[in-house]
This record gives sequence, structure tokens and C-alpha cells, in this order.
Amino acid sequence: MANLRVKIHNLELENPVMTASGTFGNGVEFDDFINVDNLGGIILKGTTLNVREGNDYPRMAETPMGMLNAVGLQNKGVDYFIKNIYPSVSQYKTNVIVNVNGSSIDEYVSLAERINELEKISAIELNISCPNVKQGGMAFGTNCVMAERVTSEVRKVYNKTLIVKLSPNVTDIAEIAKAVVAGGADSVSLVNTFLGMAIDAERRIPMLSTVTGGLSGPAIKPIALRMVWQVSKAVSVPVIGLGGIMNATDAIEFFLAGATAIQIGTANFIDPQITVKIIEGINEYLDRHNFKSINDIVGGLQM
Amino acid sequence: MNKTVCDLIITKQTQLNYNNFLLELKCPEIIENIKPGQFINVQVKDSSKTFLRRPLSIHNVDYSQNTISILVKEVGEGTSKIVHSKVGDSLSVVFPLGNGFTKSHRGKKVLLIGGGVGIAPMMHLSRELNEDGCDVHILLGAKTKEDHILIDDFSRYGTVYITTDDGSLGVKGFVVQHPILDGNVQFDHIYCCGPEVMMRSIAQRAKSLNIECEVSLENMMACGFGVCLCCVTKTKEGNKCVCSEGPVFNINELEWQI
Repeated sequence: MANLRVKIHNLELENPVMTASGTFGNGVEFDDFINVDNLGGIILKGTTLNVREGNDYPRMAETPMGMLNAVGLQNKGVDYFIKNIYPSVSQYKTNVIVNVNGSSIDEYVSLAERINELEKISAIELNISCPNVKQGGMAFGTNCVMAERVTSEVRKVYNKTLIVKLSPNVTDIAEIAKAVVAGGADSVSLVNTFLGMAIDAERRIPMLSTVTGGLSGPAIKPIALRMVWQVSKAVSVPVIGLGGIMNATDAIEFFLAGATAIQIGTANFIDPQITVKIIEGINEYLDRHNFKSINDIVGGLQM
Repeated sequence: MNKTVCDLIITKQTQLNYNNFLLELKCPEIIENIKPGQFINVQVKDSSKTFLRRPLSIHNVDYSQNTISILVKEVGEGTSKIVHSKVGDSLSVVFPLGNGFTKSHRGKKVLLIGGGVGIAPMMHLSRELNEDGCDVHILLGAKTKEDHILIDDFSRYGTVYITTDDGSLGVKGFVVQHPILDGNVQFDHIYCCGPEVMMRSIAQRAKSLNIECEVSLENMMACGFGVCLCCVTKTKEGNKCVCSEGPVFNINELEWQI
């Protein structure tokens, strides 16, 4: 068995497999299927300062090798999170990370301050890339100046590991990555979903209530992989890769492209046990190729 | 039982009419305590168009054989692959999912209404309500005589009433137009599954007759166990997931204008 331990700034992961926000609920929904503590970490459903009902139904459309979603950050707000969800997720031994969303810099900062007080939460993932909200979200993640500013303001109040989740809906994702690192990010995770749309030709209507939504699944994997490769060459902080990972081979490709850790997203919907299967598969790969540690293959693409 | 992912083996495959199939699936693990109205989420193999699992109602359960059955209407590529699987093939299934219908007590007069393939969960429900000593009445609606299936099976568990849109069998019209719902028979509980427009009309009638009514919704979903938040329906307590907080809802919970 190879050593699977990786480090994301101060965050120590038993293995490099985490779950993508919005695809893993608060972890407890998976307790019937897997031992959540076997994962490197879990990233909870996106939290906002106030309650959000999210967008109208329909919020999902199946597409070839993927799906579009337009959930719109439905959640009960940070007060509810602290009172009702935090006590149960605190029971996990694995790393628990909160995904933080705001419609203004003040909101991001207030949220980060609140989460900073929670002992069990070892990091936040600053989501500046949600494509499904009218205000904030992706607006911060598609502009270098805004991306750097929101990161640096949160940095002032948050003293644990700060991960910034990047949007792929930009001309040059490496520039955005450099901006958030300049703002104080300890790590970047990429990619969030790609803005897309689906149409019901027979009825001549959009498939989503919001017309456009975020595309995820294996359909986006080659683009996500390319972006992870570009970003890992552009910044010196650890990169967390995600986007259409469905099996251990996909995961290995992200490590080779430069990711120190990965997140599993949409695949959780198809197979709620996929995360533990991917950990086993990574182990098997490292053994088969005689690598002693996962770190030996990070950025190990042979050119 | 706890939710699980496992490969179920197809032990029977029966074509009931031109587009409906009954599949019996044997579980390698012991199945127990499955509630009428719960569903399974089936992975479709060898289909490039079908990325997500297909949620399907549990039609009936046979604990002695450790099997469940599903009634599937062939609609698109996904359901087509499922219904044309062969005996001996396996299906990857996540189950049991969702909350079932609430039980009724001995002696209660209950009406089960199924429209189209919405009759699927009603076999399990009618059997259990019958075993529990309820006075079971079952109203089945379909477009034509050819679309009606399993009438004899249902009649083992209660009195069956039929409607067809074209009048080729039973009462002509929609289920809501059947005289059993004209208010002369006092039911304690109505259970309903079918197209949403049908369920809304039944909900309206049940409300006007002051009868408790539960409906089983069928919103599009990605996960089936409450994490993707895609299948929500508006309720008096905000958006709820049809998969994990439903699919069965009391009509008083829903934000239906009835």
C-alpha cells in the first residue's frame, strides 16, 4: 500500500479524495452507503449568510455524458448550519470543509468570520464560481480584480486554510488563479461547472427554469484537465482538481496534470460508493507502477 | 432497511401490453421492511444518452423469495434498455429510496387511484392495506382498453373501478369523473399516483370532499437520495426534495392551488 497522504497548506488529508460541494449533501446522506471517514475530506453543500430557496423547478437536465443543474444555492443559511448541521458533521473524523458563497464582499467576509469560529471546520472553500445565482457568485470569479479583492478581504478574517473555487467560464483561468493567490489563497480548486443550456425541441422551451445552468459530468473532463494543467504551472499553491471524474483512472489523470488532491462530484449521484472505489483504484495504480507515495505522481506528466 | 447499492438479478421479465413490462428482481442481500411508495434507482448499461439512473416505483415485494418487482413503461432509450434486459441479467440498483405512503388502520375505507403507469406502486400498497384489514377500493385509469393492465391482480386486493379516456373499457372519462368520487361514498383516505394534472384534479376533489389525500410525485432527479436538490417541489415549509422527503406528500403540505 502506497502512502496516500497529501497536504493542502495546513490541511492534512489521509488520502487525496474529497467530495465536491453540492454533490455530497452534508455527508450524512452517505452514511448508509460508505464510511465517510475513509475519505480525505468532505466539502459540504454551499452555505450563504441568509436562507436561499434556490431556483424554480426544473433545475436539472440530463445531457450526453453529463447533466446541467440550476439549483441556485438552496440552503437554510449559516445560522441554521451552525445550530443544526455543524453538531452532526463534527462527529466525523475526516476533514470537513464549508463551501462559502456571497452576493457581496461583506457577505463573504461575514460568513468567513462565522465559520472561522467553528473548531471542527478545518478550511473553507470560497465559491466565486456559482453560475446559477443572479448576484455575486461567478461575477467574482470571472474578473481578476474582483477575485483578488474578495480573497484578500476574506483572508483578513479567516486564519485557517483558504481554498478558492474557480470558474472555468473565463478566457484565461491561470490569470484568475494567480489573482486569488496574490489575494492570499492557500489553494485553488477547479473547475466549477461550465455554463450551458438545453432545449426541448418538441415543446420549443428551455429545459431549465433559469434557461442556463452548470454543466458537469464526464462531458467536461478534458477541459477541466487542461485547466488544472495550466493552473498548476501558473501558481505555486496546491491545486485541487475536479470536473467529470468518474473512476480512478480519471483521478490519476488529474494528479498527473498537477492536482495534489481531487474532488468527486456528479459521480456521487450515479454511484454513492464511488469515492471509496476511487481510493482503492488509486492505491492499486500506485502499487502497480511501484510508486511509494501519491505525491510521486503529482504533476508527473511525461512530456 | 438501510439504503444500499447492489446488483439485482432479473428472475422474470413479462411483457404486459405493447409498452408495459413487469420485471422481478432478486436481491443478494436480505430485503426487509420496504414501504409501499418507495422506489429504486436503476443504472442503465450500454446507453450513451442515459447518464443518470432511472427512478422506478417498487411495484410489489415478495419477502419469502427476496424479490421485488417493478412495472416499467417503455418511454425512451433508458427504460427501453431496462425492459429489454433478459432473465439472468443484473441491474445495478440503489434502493430503497424515499418515504412511502402512510398506513391506514383496520376497517378504514381507502381509495387507491392510479393513472397510466402511475398504477405501479399501488399493487404493493393495495396488498398491504388489504392485509391490514382495510376496505380497499382501487380506481385505475388509462387512455384505452389496450392500456389497462393487471386488473385481475388488483382485484385480489380490493374492488376495482375502471375509466378510459375513449370509453373502450369501464367509465368513459378521466379518473376524477368516475362516480365513485361523486361524494356518495365516504372514503377515509385517498392514495394517488399518476400524471400531475390528474393528481391535482384528484387533490381538488379530495379537498372538497374533506378526505385525507396523499399523492406520489415524479419530478426529475439526479441522485435519488436528497443531495443534488434538483427534484424539489414547493411546500408550505419551502422547497422539499421529492426523492428523499417524498415522493409521497399529503396534499395539504403542497403549494398546489386547489
